[in-house]
Amino acid sequence: MADKIKVEICMGTTCYVLGSFRLSALEERLPDDLKPCVEVVGCSCLNACQDRNYGNAPFVRIGGTRIVDNATIEKVIDVIYAEFFNAGGQA
Amino acid sequence: MNNAERTRRQLMIRFIQEFYDGTLENSIDRIPVDLRPRNYEPNRCCIYKDRAMLKYRLMALMGFGMEEETDEIRPLRDYLVDAKAGKNHTDPVLSVCTVGCHGCVDSHVQVTDSCVGCFARPCVGVCPKQAISVIKGRSTIDRSKCINCGKCIDVCPYHAIVRNPLPCEDACPVGAIGKDVEGHVRIDFDRCIYCGKCFRACPFSAIMERSHLVGILQAMKEGKQVVAMVAPSITDQFPGTIEQLFKALKIAGFSEIMEVALGAEMTTAHEAEEFFERMERGDKLMTSSCCPAWVEAAKRHIPDIVPSVSSTPSPMAFAGQITAKEHPDAVKVFIGPCIAKRREAQNDPNVDFVMTFEELGALLAALEIDIISLEAPPLECPAASYARNFAKSCGVSQAILQEIGSAKPDDSRPKIDEKFINGLDRKSVNLLKLYAKGKLPGNFVEVMACSGGCVGGPCSLAR
Repeated sequence: MADKIKVEICMGTTCYVLGSFRLSALEERLPDDLKPCVEVVGCSCLNACQDRNYGNAPFVRIGGTRIVDNATIEKVIDVIYAEFFNAGGQA
Repeated sequence: MNNAERTRRQLMIRFIQEFYDGTLENSIDRIPVDLRPRNYEPNRCCIYKDRAMLKYRLMALMGFGMEEETDEIRPLRDYLVDAKAGKNHTDPVLSVCTVGCHGCVDSHVQVTDSCVGCFARPCVGVCPKQAISVIKGRSTIDRSKCINCGKCIDVCPYHAIVRNPLPCEDACPVGAIGKDVEGHVRIDFDRCIYCGKCFRACPFSAIMERSHLVGILQAMKEGKQVVAMVAPSITDQFPGTIEQLFKALKIAGFSEIMEVALGAEMTTAHEAEEFFERMERGDKLMTSSCCPAWVEAAKRHIPDIVPSVSSTPSPMAFAGQITAKEHPDAVKVFIGPCIAKRREAQNDPNVDFVMTFEELGALLAALEIDIISLEAPPLECPAASYARNFAKSCGVSQAILQEIGSAKPDDSRPKIDEKFINGLDRKSVNLLKLYAKGKLPGNFVEVMACSGGCVGGPCSLAR
C-alpha cells in the first residue's frame, strides 16, 4: 500500500490562537473514501507566519509541501481531493 | 471560529507586539486604517464604520469604553498615555459600544413568507392566547396577545414561523439588558452579574470588556515582579503540556507561576468543613461560592438564597492570599476565562489585574513563543487533579465528595445530597429561587454561570 497523505496541522501558538485548535476534529470529519489514506497529525510551528504575516493563520501542510492558509476543515478536504487524491485511490 | 473572534484576537496580537516594540504610541492611530484600507471589502456597512469599531476595540484593550469618550477626535495615542499612567477605567467591566450596536428588534415570534395558509392551521389551534388568526390566506400574530411561547413554531409543518432573536437580551440570565430611546442596548449595572453572556452573544461585537492588558504589559516592561495566578480551567486551553505552558509564561515575562488549583484545594477543604457545620446547626441548604457571576446573581436577584451561599473564599482569593504572603511586592495577575473575575478582583486586595485566556494566547502569539517546542521541567508542586477539575461543571461537588470521603469517612456526619446548576439562564435562575424557598430536594447546590463550568467561559481560548 502506498504512503498515506500526511496532513500536518500547525500547533504553533499563533495558529492555535487563530483557530487551529478547531482543526483537530479533521480526522473524524474526513469522508469515508479519504479516511484510509490520510494521516492527520499536529506539528510544531510550520514557520508559515514569518514576518508577522499571521493574517492568514491557521496554516496546514499537506503531503509535506503544500501549505494551506486560512485553513478550515472543509478547505483542507477540498485541497486533498483536488491535488492529492486520485479517483483510483492513493496519492 | 467566527469573524468577530478572529478580528479581536488579531488586533490583540498586533497591539501587544507594538506595545513591546515601543512603537505603539506612534502607530496606534494608524492601526484601524492599516487593517481596513480603502479598497478593503467591509464587514459592516462601510470601511469607515469598520475602522471606527476597531478604534473602540483598541480603546477597550486599553481599558476605556465608548462612554469615556468625550471628544471624538481625541487620538488613541492619548488614551494609551493615560492607560500607561493607570488612568484608565476598569469599572464597570462591560461597556456597550452604541456605534456598533445594530439596534436589533425585540425578540419576537414572527410568521414568514413561507406560510401557505394551510387548511389544518395547527398554529391557530395550539396558541394558548388565541393570538393567531388567518388573514388574507396567511397566519398573522396579534402582537398585543402573543407571549412568545413558541408553540406555533413547533407545530408549523412548513417551518414558516420563526423566533426573531435579540441575542444579547436573550442571552442575559437576569434581565439586565434594556434599550435607550434611540433603540441602542444599555446594560443596567444594578442588575448585571458580569457573566459575559451578552459579550459572547452580540453578533456585532458591540459589547466590549475593559481590558487590563496595558497595566500588565507595562509592569512587565518596567521589569517589575509579575506573578501569574493561573485558573484551573487552563488545562485543554493551550497546545502542549501544562509544564510547557508555564515555561512559556516565564519566557513571556511572568516571574512566578501559581496554579490557582492550589487555591481550589483550600476552597475544597474549607467548603467541606463549612458544609458539615451548616448542616449540623440545622441549615437545609448550602450553595457553592466560587463562581463570581453566581455570587453577584444571588446578591442582586435572589436575596433569599444569600444566607445559604457558602462564605468560603474562592480559589482565586486563596491563591491571592498565598501569593501576597510569598511575594508581597509583586504585581498579581489572575489568568482565567472569566469576565466576572474582573469584578471579583476589584474587591480583592490580593489581585491587581485579571487577564483572559484569549489575551494570554495573544501575548504568547505576539511574542512568538512556540509552546509545544519548549523543553520544560516538571512542576515543583503540581496541584491535585481533583482541584484542576474544579473548573468543570460538577467539579466542585466531586472535589468536596472526595475531601469528605478521604478525610472524614464518618457515618455520623450529615450526608451530602448534591445538585447542579450547569449554566445560568432565566430558567435556572427561577430554579434557584425555588431552592431558596426550600421547595426542591438537595442540600448542596453547585452553581456555575457558564455551561460546562469555567471551561465554557466567555473568554476561553479553545471552545
